[in-house]
Amino acid sequence: MEQQRVTVTGCTLSLRRGGSGEPLLYLHGANGAPVELPFMTALAGDFDLLVPEHPGYGASDDPEWLDTIQDLAYFYLDFIKHLGLEGVHLAGSSMGGWIALEMAVRNTAAIRTLTLSAPAGIHLKGVPKGDLFMWSPEETLRNLLHDPQMAEDAIAAMPEGLEADPVFLKNRSTAAKLLWSPRLYNPHLYKWLHRIDVPTLIVWGREDKLLPVAYAEAFAKLIPGAETAILDHCGHLPYLEQAGRFVELLRGHVARETAGREKAGAAPKVNP
Amino acid sequence: MKFFCFHLMAYADLDLSFIEKHPTAWTTLPNSYYDPEKGHRLYNRYLDELEYAEELGFDGVGVNEHHQTAYGMMPSPIVIASALMRRTSRIKIAILGSALPLRDHPLTLAEEHAMIDNITGGRLISGFVRGIGAEYHTFGSIPAFSHERFHEAHDLIIEAWTRPGPFAFEGKHYHFQYVNVWPRPYQKPHPPIWIPSQGSQETIDWAAHPKRKYTYLHTFSPLPAAAKYMQAYRDSAERQGYQSSPEQLGWAVPIYVGASDESARVEAKPHFEAFRNRFLKMPIEMLLPPGYTSVSSMQRMAAVKKSLTADITIESAMELGMILCGSAATVRDQLVEHQKMLGFNNLLTLLHFGTLPEELTRSNMELFAREVMPHLRPLGETGESADPAEPGETGAT
Repeated sequence: MEQQRVTVTGCTLSLRRGGSGEPLLYLHGANGAPVELPFMTALAGDFDLLVPEHPGYGASDDPEWLDTIQDLAYFYLDFIKHLGLEGVHLAGSSMGGWIALEMAVRNTAAIRTLTLSAPAGIHLKGVPKGDLFMWSPEETLRNLLHDPQMAEDAIAAMPEGLEADPVFLKNRSTAAKLLWSPRLYNPHLYKWLHRIDVPTLIVWGREDKLLPVAYAEAFAKLIPGAETAILDHCGHLPYLEQAGRFVELLRGHVARETAGREKAGAAPKVNP
Repeated sequence: MKFFCFHLMAYADLDLSFIEKHPTAWTTLPNSYYDPEKGHRLYNRYLDELEYAEELGFDGVGVNEHHQTAYGMMPSPIVIASALMRRTSRIKIAILGSALPLRDHPLTLAEEHAMIDNITGGRLISGFVRGIGAEYHTFGSIPAFSHERFHEAHDLIIEAWTRPGPFAFEGKHYHFQYVNVWPRPYQKPHPPIWIPSQGSQETIDWAAHPKRKYTYLHTFSPLPAAAKYMQAYRDSAERQGYQSSPEQLGWAVPIYVGASDESARVEAKPHFEAFRNRFLKMPIEMLLPPGYTSVSSMQRMAAVKKSLTADITIESAMELGMILCGSAATVRDQLVEHQKMLGFNNLLTLLHFGTLPEELTRSNMELFAREVMPHLRPLGETGESADPAEPGETGAT
C-alpha cells in the first residue's frame, strides 16, 4: 500500500491506499493504525483499500475543531465526497466502528455496505466495559487479545520507551478527548440506528474484555437486517487475532451484497 | 516570611497492608477501608490542629481538595474552611486549591469562596488547581479538556467577582446566561489567588502575567525542581516587563522538627514513608491520564516514570530536599539557606503527613512555631529583597 497525504476540510491526513476494485474505507480504532497489518494487505488484493489515520492521530493533523466522534463522522462524509468515492464498503473496528455508525445514521448515499468489528457507540446498562484508560500498555494487550501467547509476543515486540513516544501520546490524548465521557458511547445514537439502510455485518470476539459480546446482540436488534458473526477464542481485535477469518467474513459480506445487487439488476445505490 | 500550616488530612488509620491487594489508595481503593468512627476522631483532631496553628502564631492555614482517596479526607475544602472560619479570628484561610475543571458549574465556587471571604471579613486566599489525574477518572471529566476548562472556569470566576452583574458568560465548556453572584467578595477586587503546582512553564507564565501576578505555590518535589521553577517565575515576570516580589512565591514542604537530628529522623521515618510510598502512590495511568498535560510534558514525565512511582526512604527524601527533618537548629539553617536560594516569602509547612500521630504532630508544630519560625520571620519580607542564588542542575518531578 502507498502512503499519501490528502487534505479534506482544511485537515491534512496521512492515508494508506492500495489495491484496486470497489473502494473499502477502513476506520481504525482508539490505538491508531501506525503500520500496514496483514489483514490490510489481504484486503488490498480485492479492493481499493483506504486506511486513513484519523484527525488527531499519527501523522495526521490535529485540527482545532476536533472534539467528538460526531465531528469525525461528518469529516469522513466530507472525505468520501472529496475523493469522489462512490459505493463505498465501510468498515471499522471499535472506535472506528462507532464513527462508521455515526456516518451511516447521517447519510448512506455513498455507502454500499457496513462491516463493524466490535463497534463502540451504545451503552447497555449493567454490562460493564473494560476501562482502557486504566490499563498500562502491557495490560492493554493482555486484555484486548484472548490468546495469551499472542499477547506476550506483542508485549515482547513493544518498542522501548513507547510511553514517551510523541505519536503514542498524541493518539492517547485524542482517544481520551473522543472516548472518555460518556465512556465509549453517544447516549443518542441508539435512537437513530434504525436509519441504517445498507447491509450490515457485525463481527465480535466472544472473549472481548473491552466491549462484551452482549453488545453484538444489542446492535443486531437496533440495526435493521444486521447479521452477526461471533468468533470463538477471540478478544476485542478480530482483525489482529483472527485476521484470516475477519478478511473472509468481510469478503463474504460484500460478495452477498454484490450478488443481491446483480440479481436484482439494481442500479448502484449512489444514483437511485 | 509568612508561615502557613498546611494540612492534607490523610486517613491515618488506614490499614497499610492494603498495598498487598490494591495498587493505590486513590479512586479504586474500596471505601470499606474507611471506618467512620475513626474518621470522626481524625476530622476533629485535624481541625483542632489547624485551630492550634492560630494560637501558635502562624499567619494562615491551608486546606486542599482530593477525591475518593485515603490520601486526604477533604473532598470539599469548602467544608473544612467553613468549619475553621468561625473558630479562628486572625489567620488567613487558604484553599489550595479548588479543582476548577472538575466542576460542571464553577459558578458555585465563585459563590462559596465569596461566602467564606464575606464571613471572615477577607481572610480567604483562593487557590485554583486542575485536580490531579486520578480525579479525572473519578469524575469522568475529560482530561484532554482540563486546561481549556481550567482557563474558562477561572475567567468565569474572576469576571463573576469583578464585573457588575448580571452578564452572560459565553465559553465553550461553560455558558451561563445570568452571571450575577451574590455575595460579591469582601476583598477588593477579589481574594488573593494562589496557584499550587509541581511546575510547568505554561502555568508559570500564566500566573506571572502582569494582569494576574498570582502567587505560585510550588508543592512537594525535590529542592532543585522548586529552585528551577521559582527562578522560572522570576524570569517570566521579567520577560513580561516587571520584577516579581517574593510575596508571589510559596513553597509547600513537609517539615519535622525533633529534639535532635537523629530522633527527628527516627520519629518521622515511618510516617513520612507511609505518606510518600503508600498514600501518594498510584499507577502512571491514574496519575497522568491522556491529554492531562501537553505531549512534551507527558514525554518528560514518562521518561522519569520510575522516580515518580518508586518507593523512597526518608533519608533519600531528606537528601533531595523533599522533607526538612532535624533539630530546630538544623531545620532553621536549612530554611535560611533554601529561602535564599528559592526567594519565596510564603512557607507552607506540612507538619502532619501520612500516619504521624497526634502527639508528634503537636510537638512538631510547637517546636517549629517556637524555635524555628521567629528566626525566619524577617526573611524575604519586602525591603529585604531575596538574593536568589543560581539554582543547580535540576531534575524533573
